[in-house]
Amino acid sequence: MSQRDDSISAMCTLAVGEAGRTGDWRSLRPVIDHTKCIPAVKKKPACFLCWLYCPEGVVKGTIPVEIDLDYCKGCGICAEECPAKAINMVREGHDHA
Amino acid sequence: MPEVQIMTGNAAAAQAAVLCDVQVVAAYPITPQSQLAEILSQYIEGGKLKAEYVRVEGEHSALTVCISASTVGARVFTATSANGLLYMHEQLHWAAGSRLPIVMCCVNRGVGAPWTIFNDQQDSVSQRDTGWIQIYCRNNQEILDTIIQAYRIAEAVYCPVMVAYDGFVLSHTMMPVEIPDAASVREFLPPYRPHTVVSPEDPRTLNAVLFPWRRANAQGVVCDGYMEMRHKLQAALERALDVIRETNDLYAARFGRDCGGLVWEYRMEDAEVVLTAMGSLASEATVAADLLREEGIRAGVAGIRVFRPFPADDVRRVFRKAAAVCCFEKAISYGYEGALCTEIKGALYGTGVSFPIHNYICGLGGRDVKASELAQAVRESLTDMAAGRVRTRAMWLNCVTE
Repeated sequence: MSQRDDSISAMCTLAVGEAGRTGDWRSLRPVIDHTKCIPAVKKKPACFLCWLYCPEGVVKGTIPVEIDLDYCKGCGICAEECPAKAINMVREGHDHA
Repeated sequence: MPEVQIMTGNAAAAQAAVLCDVQVVAAYPITPQSQLAEILSQYIEGGKLKAEYVRVEGEHSALTVCISASTVGARVFTATSANGLLYMHEQLHWAAGSRLPIVMCCVNRGVGAPWTIFNDQQDSVSQRDTGWIQIYCRNNQEILDTIIQAYRIAEAVYCPVMVAYDGFVLSHTMMPVEIPDAASVREFLPPYRPHTVVSPEDPRTLNAVLFPWRRANAQGVVCDGYMEMRHKLQAALERALDVIRETNDLYAARFGRDCGGLVWEYRMEDAEVVLTAMGSLASEATVAADLLREEGIRAGVAGIRVFRPFPADDVRRVFRKAAAVCCFEKAISYGYEGALCTEIKGALYGTGVSFPIHNYICGLGGRDVKASELAQAVRESLTDMAAGRVRTRAMWLNCVTE
């Protein structure tokens, strides 16, 4: 071999976004109506069940909660689990070209 | 100093693993490989081989251990047969796709169902498309010599190598084997230099999902997509053809034994009918060629030593002056013909040759194949060819077919 190829196998260093912006697979986007959030902690509007159930860990445990749409794959588990029905899944407009 | 010992093929393979200073062995016993796994565990337990023997519950795990150990920088060895190899099938693809220079012996045995413990080559031939280099051995000396070469080849191109030898015919048959001295082998085979060492200090994500397209990683560097990675594997195997040939030549110069490179020849100078096969069956064919020569039939043998990567250029060169070819195989691609026969025909396509190529399926599940039977098959082929009778399918040698 004249020149060494550093990537003969699919190895990568650990980093956020190493697998790409996985949110671009999404066909449904979660939209939160924060006015419906149930005050569970210190009477502030957040019960954190969406944060707890999110399988991708993309819900930030802030008040109000925020969803990182770069990596949310749109599975809708948060909307399913939300006792206040504060999260709606709406269809994404983009195509996947 | 080299010494000569009388030993089985399995013992020769174990000797080779010791000479290659393998560091990790993970193998699950299966007939006819079992003796090899046993000898290696004895060597490791007794301190003759300073390696770790990882006991596993099956062949899928055996190869997984080898993949892991190779990834963190160890020279690893394993061996299996038949259904054990098939149980590894998924991990064969992982080892090749991860570009790990693992060396594994496949002690060739027929595949169930129905059960057989006896020899044919259906196991390794059916793993043709997994990205492994496949080298077939003629005798016990070649088993030892080929394993030493296999590590050098694997570690040069970062591809795994399967060293195939016939169960019982070689694995359990005693033959004289010259054992080279350890220092010479160490000079020929320097310590394994891993391509990328994965360690706790420098963690990596291995084989994460790749997309159909190329894309930038977190650092903004554009990385290969799945298809580019697979092309690199293909390119490495194509490059391996030269590496295998060179390694064979260097080994011959150093140790005085030539295993035949990619395709070896026997009495081919003026051969009109060429017998071709792999492994010990090809060795048997040399005896058949002698028998035919005694009757004035100009027969020669072209032994296919390397089945993957397929040595198409060598096949074209070696076969070009033939008038007829008989291809004997201990395996079949069910529903068509022997895979080797298909490969040889494919390699010759477009070269303008038009000689008949007859395919014989023989020795499945350990049915004995005698040199006299090979010679008789060649005589019958020549009779058919002279009469202009065209054969459209493989013949089953010494088998009740109706």
